[in-house]
Amino acid sequence: MIILFYIAAAIAVISTVCVILQSNIVHALIYLITSLLSVAVIFYVLGAPFAAMLEAIVYAGAIMVLFLFVIMMLNLGQHTRDQEKSWLTSKVWIAPSIMSGILLVQLVNVLSELDHDVELTRVGVLEVSALLFGPYVLAVELASILLLAGLVSAYHLAKK
Amino acid sequence: MAFEIGSGITIAAILGVVIVVAAMLIWVERRLLSLWQERLGPNRVGWFGLLQVVADMIKIFTKEDWIPPFADRFTFVLAPAIIMTVILLSFGVIPFAPNIGVIDSNLGVLFVLAMASLGAYSVMLAGLASDNKYALLGALRAAAQMISYEVFMGISLLGVVALAGSFNLREIVLSQAEGWYVIPQFIGFIIFLIAGIAESHRLPFDIPEAEQEICAGYHTEYSGMKFGMFFVGEYLGLVLISSLITVLFFGGWMGAAFLPPIVWFSIKAGGFIAFFILLRAAIPRPRYDQLMTYGWLFLLPVSLLNLLITGAIILSVQ
Repeated sequence: MIILFYIAAAIAVISTVCVILQSNIVHALIYLITSLLSVAVIFYVLGAPFAAMLEAIVYAGAIMVLFLFVIMMLNLGQHTRDQEKSWLTSKVWIAPSIMSGILLVQLVNVLSELDHDVELTRVGVLEVSALLFGPYVLAVELASILLLAGLVSAYHLAKK
Repeated sequence: MAFEIGSGITIAAILGVVIVVAAMLIWVERRLLSLWQERLGPNRVGWFGLLQVVADMIKIFTKEDWIPPFADRFTFVLAPAIIMTVILLSFGVIPFAPNIGVIDSNLGVLFVLAMASLGAYSVMLAGLASDNKYALLGALRAAAQMISYEVFMGISLLGVVALAGSFNLREIVLSQAEGWYVIPQFIGFIIFLIAGIAESHRLPFDIPEAEQEICAGYHTEYSGMKFGMFFVGEYLGLVLISSLITVLFFGGWMGAAFLPPIVWFSIKAGGFIAFFILLRAAIPRPRYDQLMTYGWLFLLPVSLLNLLITGAIILSVQ
C-alpha cells in the first residue's frame, strides 16, 4: 500500500507541475485530470475510499468536464498558445519559485515533527454521510446556496 | 475449471468473453435489425454469416490508420483509449455469478459512476482534437448529453442503494433474494434504462454522432483501429449497461436452480441487449433540444420524487 501511495504522490506532483508548464490548454487540462485522479488514489490509500470516489466523480468527472466544455465553446487555437508562451518567460518564475520554496521548507519542517506511526482508520460511506448531515449540515447548506448563486448568475449572463 | 473472485483465470476469462461478446454484437445487431426490418442482413460469410465479424476485424486492422495533420496528435490518440479503458475497468466490479467477478468492492456503484463520468472525456477529447467543425459539434452535444444524463442515472440508482443498504453490487444482488428491485423501484428502473441509453449514446440517443446532421460526429476524423475502438467501445457500453440493469434491478445471477447462475445472468443481460437493439429499430432520434428538455424538466423531477418516496417508505417501515 505504501508503494502505491508514493507512486500516486509522484504522479500527482509531476502532473501538477506539467499543468503549469503546459502552454496547450487541453493538454494542461488532461494533466490536471491525471493529478486529481492520483489524489483520489492517495485518499484511497490513506483509508478514505468514499472521499476517493467523490474526488473521481465530482472533481475529475464533473467539474473538469465543465472546464473542457467551456474550452470547447471558446475554441481557443494557436493564438492563445502563443500568448501563453509569451507570458511564461523565465523572469516570471522567480517570485513564485521563491514563495513555493519557502512553503516547501515549512511543510518539510512540520512533517518531520509528526509522529511517523499514525494509525490508519478507514472512514466508510456511513461515517462521512453521518457527519455531513449531522454536525456539518449548515456548512453543506451554505455551500449549496453558493452553488445556487453561481447558477443564477450563469443564467443571467447567458440571457444577455 | 474452478473460478473464484479475483483469480487470474477469472479475470482473463471475463476480459476475453466481454470483448468477444462486444465484437460479436456487431453481427448480432445487424442480423436482428434486418430480421425486424424484413431483410436478410449479413448471411454470406461462414455459418449464418457468423464470420462476418472476423472479416470486419481484418478490414479494420488492416485499414490505413490516418491522423489528420491539423489534429492534436497526443489527444487524438488518447481519446479512443479512454473509452475502452473506463468501460473495461467498470466490468471489474460487476458480479457475474457467486464465484465470478474481479473485485468485491464496497464502492461498486460509485466506481461505475466514476468511470461513466470519465468516459465523457473520450468523446469530448476526440471531438476537440480532431479540429473539425462536425467533430466539435458532436463533442459539444455529447458533453451536454452525457453530463446531464449522468445526473439522472446516479439519482435513479440511489433508490436501489437505499433499499439494499449498500454500494456493493454483490450485496445488492444478494439482497434481492426475496424479490427483484424492479418491482419496488420500477420508476428508477425506467429512468436508469433511458439514462443508460443516453450514456452509451446508442440510437435513439445517438445525437453526438447523428450521421444525417453532422457526418459521424465526434469520430468523423477517425479511421482504422482508432475508429474500431470507438465502435467496439459502444458495444462494450451496451453490454455494461445491460449487465448493470441485470445486477441492480433483476436479481443478477439469481434464478431457478436448474440452470447455473452465470447462465441466468447471461440470459437476463442478453435480453436487455436485444431490447436495446430493438429500440434502435423502433424509435427515431429526437432533436437535440428535445433530449435536453426531456432530461431536465421531466427525468430530474421524477427521479428526485422517486428517491424521496422511497426514502419515506423505508423510514416508515423501520
